[in-house]
Amino acid sequence: MAAIYSLYIINKSGGLIFYKDYGSAGRMDTNDSLRMASLWHSMHAISQQLSPISGCSGIELLQADTFDLHCFQSLTGTKFFVVCEPGTLHMEGLLKHIYELYTDYVLKNPFYEMEMPIRCELFDINLSQAIQKDRVALLGR
Amino acid sequence: MIGVGKIKQYSNVLDKPLSKGKQEVSLSAFAFLFSELVQYNQTQVDNISELERRLEDAGYAVGARVLELLCHRDKGNRRETRLLGILSFVHSTVWKVLFGKVADSLEKGTEHEDEYMISEKELLVNRFISIPKDMGTFNCGAFVAGIVRGVLDGAGFPAVVTAHFVPVEGQQRPRTTILIKFAEEVLRREARLG
Repeated sequence: MAAIYSLYIINKSGGLIFYKDYGSAGRMDTNDSLRMASLWHSMHAISQQLSPISGCSGIELLQADTFDLHCFQSLTGTKFFVVCEPGTLHMEGLLKHIYELYTDYVLKNPFYEMEMPIRCELFDINLSQAIQKDRVALLGR
Repeated sequence: MIGVGKIKQYSNVLDKPLSKGKQEVSLSAFAFLFSELVQYNQTQVDNISELERRLEDAGYAVGARVLELLCHRDKGNRRETRLLGILSFVHSTVWKVLFGKVADSLEKGTEHEDEYMISEKELLVNRFISIPKDMGTFNCGAFVAGIVRGVLDGAGFPAVVTAHFVPVEGQQRPRTTILIKFAEEVLRREARLG
């Protein structure tokens, strides 16, 4: 019973650099996930322009009937967003934690090219641990 | 006693004694610097063994200097003449100064008389590095192997030092072993010294 359906990381130009699904509810094939990434990138940018309040930094939470979408944008324009069950708590904290893992295990890796798809073993291992811990904390409550 | 409790003021900055310096450096800063070192060398070479050799040479320069510094600071200018002495110096003192902790273990090789191994669960330099699958057995720990070789060479124990990943059962990440193979003359001298 996964609270998180899927995780996406997109670079500053809107290209998908990391996609992971947890469970069949969020599963998408490669083309669909790429489309989803660029769709969200554009919507995020448009929302900044549409906002009636000046200084808006884009959509942070999208709530629908069957899912919630939490988005975190770093200062450099890299966006981390997670599609989860409606009403899941502490997603912002999780996204910030994932951002920390990204800065540690992806950016400090000399074999990673900027803006390219992420293929770092350490990032995958630590990400699974973080999601697992989160899952345990949620179910334990 | 005269002068106890008073800090001596030096008029000339050159007369001030060399301080021990700040003991710690930001891990992130070092990780980025090391990552850039690897990336820079990658652009200069054609194959993986060249890259390993370059990282080792970079480490060798560090090792030679670390030996001089530590002999002055920590050992009171005494020279190690025995094999076990220099090995425990590398395993404890050098590791403590460079990585903040002593190495996990020091073992003698079972197959050959001239082989010794220093093992670590994970080398500090490898903490954030994931080797891509197509690079095979490449290990950025070659830098640390170079440091050890620099220290041993400077101390008069020439050796061939390499870094290897050793898979461990039950753990996802392999341990790292620094393999030290001493030259013939070192063993002969050690046997003579009894």
